[in-house]
Amino acid sequence: MAENNAVPMIQAIDLTVGYGDIVVLENINFTINKGEIFVIIGGSGCGKSTILKHLIGLYEPIKGDILIKGESIVKADWDEKRRIMKSFGVLYQSGALFSALTITENIALQLEEYTDYPEDEIFRRVNEKLKLVGLEGAGPKMPSELSGGMKKRAALARAMALDPEILFFDEPSTSLDPVTAAMMDRLIIDLRDRLGTTMVIVTHDLDSIYAISDRVIMLDKATKTIVARGKPSELRKSNPPPSVKEFLERAGLSRKMD
Amino acid sequence: MAEEKDRIIETEVQKQFRLHEPQIRPAIEYTGEASLKFWKDIINILAIIGEIAEASWFAIRNPRRIRWRETLFYMDICGADALPISCMICYLMGLILGFQASLQMHKFGTDLYVADMVGLSIVKELGPLMVAMICTGRAGSAFAAEISTMKVSEEIDAMVTMGFNPSRFLIIPKLLALILVMPVLTVFGNVLGIIGGMTVGVFSLGLPVITYFNRTVLVITPRTFSEGLIKSAVFAVLIAAVGCLRGLEAKNDTHGVGSAATSAVVSGIFLVIIADTLMTYLFSRF
Ligand SMILES: Nc1ncnc2c1ncn2[C@@H]1O[C@H](COP(=O)(O)OP(=O)(O)OP(=O)(O)O)[C@@H](O)[C@H]1O
Ligand SMILES: [Mg+2]
Repeated sequence: MAENNAVPMIQAIDLTVGYGDIVVLENINFTINKGEIFVIIGGSGCGKSTILKHLIGLYEPIKGDILIKGESIVKADWDEKRRIMKSFGVLYQSGALFSALTITENIALQLEEYTDYPEDEIFRRVNEKLKLVGLEGAGPKMPSELSGGMKKRAALARAMALDPEILFFDEPSTSLDPVTAAMMDRLIIDLRDRLGTTMVIVTHDLDSIYAISDRVIMLDKATKTIVARGKPSELRKSNPPPSVKEFLERAGLSRKMD
Repeated sequence: MAEEKDRIIETEVQKQFRLHEPQIRPAIEYTGEASLKFWKDIINILAIIGEIAEASWFAIRNPRRIRWRETLFYMDICGADALPISCMICYLMGLILGFQASLQMHKFGTDLYVADMVGLSIVKELGPLMVAMICTGRAGSAFAAEISTMKVSEEIDAMVTMGFNPSRFLIIPKLLALILVMPVLTVFGNVLGIIGGMTVGVFSLGLPVITYFNRTVLVITPRTFSEGLIKSAVFAVLIAAVGCLRGLEAKNDTHGVGSAATSAVVSGIFLVIIADTLMTYLFSRF
């Protein structure tokens, strides 16, 4: 059992990612432990979404390996990949709700496919998730009838449908108002504390970096590597390179304001 | 020196707009590239048909897990909504054929053979073909546009990471809907086409309705009738497959959606004609 705990949730080993011949990030190494809130930051276009999509197995890396609970998602064949994928939920940058289905159907889809729950149990669970993200009553609506922020929250409800072990977020708080963004942060911390869910979060939101993250890595477009890593508070003290400093100082600024 | 710099800047600018600039390329280069693309395309089409076969096999073994609600939805938009236009076009087709045939047959005094000519052409060829053309334009392009839009909005990615097989979720309901609906449309089209021919026979050649009808029933054997329906079902598979393929391989932008739809129609028509040629040959041999 002790040995089992020692296996990290996610491991990126010498990871080089990109599109075709274009290398976006090179020789990335990091480890994410169970129950950790791991935040990936960096300027726009530095490859945050790219690395996230590699971690969830959508793209094949140019080089290196990704281990999810010690199993390589890179070398897995499609059946194994699907099995690994079922253990995590993903919140996409654009929400990615299925536009042909209602919100309830979107959230119920995985429950219908992967569990034997009767219909009323599925319905109960769907409503529970909707309540969690503050969207009670939005179930019968179509995704096109929701605002950007509501879509994002509905998508989060869908990502949580099977109570996954790992949740990936691509910019959860963009297009949310400050109050809802803070609610999202609380929700993330609450989920981690209650269920021990591991969270991998890509974000620009400086407040939430300080509020929720256990560990941060910062990617850089120019050097194509990780330029800073550690606890956010430690990062600021430890005389980081200018680009990192600027990013974090702006975070400090916006924190002073409230 | 300044001129030199200007030129460099100009080419930089040109590079940015390279998509919108018409390109004149050597014919050999173009031919080579086009045939390579064509070859890759054939491989892709075969691959997707293989994938569809696998997904269909899964569907046959687990009929409960077919997404019937979506299938019904597509049957509605591909079938019910396409019925008036299919009937209309087939009726006009019968009318045109009847008229052309009546001109020739009348010369030989074999007016009644108009019924043979129209009946056989419609049931064996034109009924299935016209319905296939309409379905390529309506359903094939719609499938491609739908799937490529889903790609742009990350819905396909979401589907994959939720552990679903996109072919089972996206292709099977569409394929099933078309396979069920196109033969039915063809039957309606056949009937209307024959009525078109009959209109000419009765009003222009003065044949009695019952004579024309009896002649038609005599020449259209169950075999010819089912040949047409088999063709129609095969066309359905091709149209659905190529529509979904074009959607799945679309570029990740809004421009990609448009070209996916266009390309679905062009390749759909092409494949349907090829398959028709092959099947006509095969049916004539056996
Ligand atoms: N499909 C693609 N093909 C080629 N290059 C791509 C593709 N998608 C992204 N890129 C490139 O990869 C780099 C990283 O893109 P990515 O979307 O990962 O950035 P990001 O860090 O998520 O930015 P943002 O914060 O704006 O979402 C960019 O320079 C982009 O131009
Ligand atoms: Mg991004």
